[in-house]
Amino acid sequence: MRFSRLIILLFALFAIGMIAAACTADDNGDGDAAQGETLKTVLDRGVIKVGVKDSQPGFGNLEPDGTFAGQDIEFARALAAALFNNKNSVEFVVASAADRFELLSSAEIDVLIRTTTWTSSRDIDLNASFTVTTFYDGQGIIVNADSSIQTLADLEGSTICVTGGTTTEVNLATRLGAAGINHTALSFDGDAEILAAFGAGRCDAWTADKGNLAGQRANYPADAGGPDSLRILPVTLSKEPLGPVVRDGDTEWFDLVQWVVYGTMVADELGVNSGNMQAMAANPPNKDIATLLGVSFAGGAVSGFGASLGLSPTFMQNVIGQVGNYDEIYNRTIAKIGLERAGSLNASWLDGGLIYAPPIR
Amino acid sequence: MIQAAIAAGAGLIVFYLVVKALDLDLGYGFLSGPAGFNFSNQWLTNYDSNDSRLGAYGVGILNTVRLVAIGIVMTTVLGVLAGIARLSDNWLVSRVAMVYVETIRNTPLLIQIVIWYTVVLLQLPRIAEAINVFDVFYLSNRALALPYVSTGGNFGPWLIIVVVGAVAAIVLRSWLRRREERAGGTQHATAWALALFAVVSVVTFFLTGTPLEPDTPSLEISEVGLLSIIGGLQVSPEFAAVLLGLVIYTGAFIAEIVRSGIQALPRGQDEAAAALGLSGYQRMTLIILPQALRVIIPPLTNQYLNLTKNSSLAVAIAYPEIIWVGKTMINNIGHAVPLFVLIFATYLSLSLAISVVMNTFNRRVQLAGR
Repeated sequence: MRFSRLIILLFALFAIGMIAAACTADDNGDGDAAQGETLKTVLDRGVIKVGVKDSQPGFGNLEPDGTFAGQDIEFARALAAALFNNKNSVEFVVASAADRFELLSSAEIDVLIRTTTWTSSRDIDLNASFTVTTFYDGQGIIVNADSSIQTLADLEGSTICVTGGTTTEVNLATRLGAAGINHTALSFDGDAEILAAFGAGRCDAWTADKGNLAGQRANYPADAGGPDSLRILPVTLSKEPLGPVVRDGDTEWFDLVQWVVYGTMVADELGVNSGNMQAMAANPPNKDIATLLGVSFAGGAVSGFGASLGLSPTFMQNVIGQVGNYDEIYNRTIAKIGLERAGSLNASWLDGGLIYAPPIR
Repeated sequence: MIQAAIAAGAGLIVFYLVVKALDLDLGYGFLSGPAGFNFSNQWLTNYDSNDSRLGAYGVGILNTVRLVAIGIVMTTVLGVLAGIARLSDNWLVSRVAMVYVETIRNTPLLIQIVIWYTVVLLQLPRIAEAINVFDVFYLSNRALALPYVSTGGNFGPWLIIVVVGAVAAIVLRSWLRRREERAGGTQHATAWALALFAVVSVVTFFLTGTPLEPDTPSLEISEVGLLSIIGGLQVSPEFAAVLLGLVIYTGAFIAEIVRSGIQALPRGQDEAAAALGLSGYQRMTLIILPQALRVIIPPLTNQYLNLTKNSSLAVAIAYPEIIWVGKTMINNIGHAVPLFVLIFATYLSLSLAISVVMNTFNRRVQLAGR
C-alpha cells in the first residue's frame, strides 16, 4: 500500500513538473521580447547577464585566476559600465555552441556575446538579432611551421583536421572541392582530441576560424614546440562576422547594445581613449567628441544621446574610462593572441579596415 | 483509485508530448539537398560532398553497421575466452582475467576510447616514419594499410555465378546424403559439393576476365612533398580506437556472463564428462558451453545492444557514424528534431534487428518443453 502511494506521488510530481515546464516555456520562452522590457529587467536586477564562451583565448576565456578575459568579455563589461557605471556589474553565463540561442530566447541571458557568426538563417529564423560586428573573422588553416604547405593548392593529398561544430566542414569541402584538391577531412568535436591528433601528426593541417586558431597557437604547449612551431596560412575560406546578439522584438535594447559598441568604435576614430577622456570631457576639442561624451561644446547645449537610450547622458565617459575604446579593447585581448589589428579587416575604416561606426549626431 | 490516478497522470504526460510535438517542424525535405561535407571513412560507398544528405546519412549507417558487426564478433570471442579464463585452475590466467574484467567494466567507455586513440594509436609512427613491410603493409598513425582486392567490371555477373554454384553445391550435397542413407556406403557428399563449388568459382573467375584484382597500398608523395597512403584496405586509427574500446569494454561484461553461465551448471556435468575421459577442451566445447549457452544468450543479447548504442561514442574522435553525421547536419542546417527522430528510429531498427536474430537463436538452443 505504501509502495503504491509512492508511485502515485512520483507520478503526480512528474505531471506537475511537466505542466510547470510547459507553462514557463509558453510564458517567456518562444515569444519575442516586448519593447523596453529587457532594459527594465536589467536595471531592476542591477546586473547584466551575458552569455559568453570560456575556452577561446582572445575572445572569451576563463583565465587560470578564475576571471574571464577576451574581446567578448570586454564588450560585456562596456555594457555594464554604460548601464550601471560599474564594469563589474555583469554576470557571465557560459553558453555552449548548442544552447546559446536557447539561453538567449528563454531570457536566461540579456545579450549573447560568444564569437557568434552573423548568418542569414540565424538572423531570420532564430529569435536573435545581430547588433554590430565586433570582429571580422574567417575560416583559416594552420600548419606546422616547417611544413611545405604554403597555399591552398599545396593541400593536395593532405589530411586535414577540422574543428567541428559550425559550418567548417562544409566551407572546407566547398573551397577545396571547387579547386579540385583531393583531401581527407577529420572532423572532431572537442579541442582536446584535435590538439592530440594534430600534435601527433595525424593530419597535415588544421582548419577552424582564424581567431580560434590564433588563440590555439598562442596557447600551444611549449613541450610541443610552442607558438613558433605553428604557422597560419594567408588564406581565408569563409566570412565569419562575430558580434553581440539580442532577442528579436525589443528594439530599444537592440539600440542600446548597438550604440554602446558603436560608441567604442567612434571613440577610436575620434582619438578618445581611457587616458585622455577626462581632459576631453572637461574641454572637448570638437562637437563630435562633446556629443559622444555627453558634454556641452563651446558653451552650447548638451547634445548627448545617452538619455534617449535610457542611460545617463555621460554613459560613454563611463565606458571609455572603465573599459576603453575599440582599439584599447582589441590591443588588450586579440592582439595578445598574435592577430595584429593594423592591415587586417578589423582595422578602422580610416586605415583601410572594416570597423566603421555610423556618425554620432 | 490508484489505477485511475496513474492513468490520469500518464494521460497528461502523453497529452503534453503530443501538444509539443505538433508545434515542431517535422518535414524531411531537407534530406534531399546536397550535404556539402566529406567523409574520412567510407565502406562500400563512394560518397561525394555533392551527394544528398540522405546519402550522407546512409554512409553514416554503413559506418555504424561495420563497427557493430565486426565489434560483436570480436567481443564475443574475447568475452568467451576471458570468461573461461576466469574459471581457469591456473592462478595467473584467472587473475589476469579478473584484473581485465574489473578494471575495464568499472571505468567509463568514453575515457577508454579516448585513451586508445590519443595514448595508443596516435603514438604510432608518423607517416614519414611509417613501418613498411615489403611495400604491401604500412603502419602509421594515418592508417594501417593492408593488401586488398578491388572489383573489376565483371564482378556482378561472376558473383551471381558463384551464388548459383553455391546453391548447386548445397543441392548436390543433400542429394548425395540421401543416396548415402538409402544405399549405404560413403558418398563423400561434402567433398563433392566443395569440389563443385571450387571448380565453378575458379573456372568462371578466369572466364569472366578476373573480376577481382589485387589492390596493394602504396605511398604517394604530392608535389610539395606531403605523404599519403593510397589504395588497399585502410584501417584508420579512429575506427580502430572505437572498435578496440567497444570490443574490450563489452568483452568484460560478456566474460562475466559466460562465467555465470558456466557456474550455473551443476558441477556433476563437468565431473561426468571427465569420468568419460574427455579432455579439458572437449569437456568445454561438447558438454559445458552448449548447456551454458541457454543461460548466456539472453544477457548476451543485452550486451550486443549496449555495444550498438555505445558505438555512438565514436563521435568524440571523428569516426563518422550516425551521430556524427546527424550532428554535422544539425550544425549546418538545423532541423535538429527531425534528425534526432531519424537517429532514434535508426538505432531502434538496428537494435530490434539484433534482438530478433538473437531471440530466434535463443529459441533454437532452449530445451524443448521448458
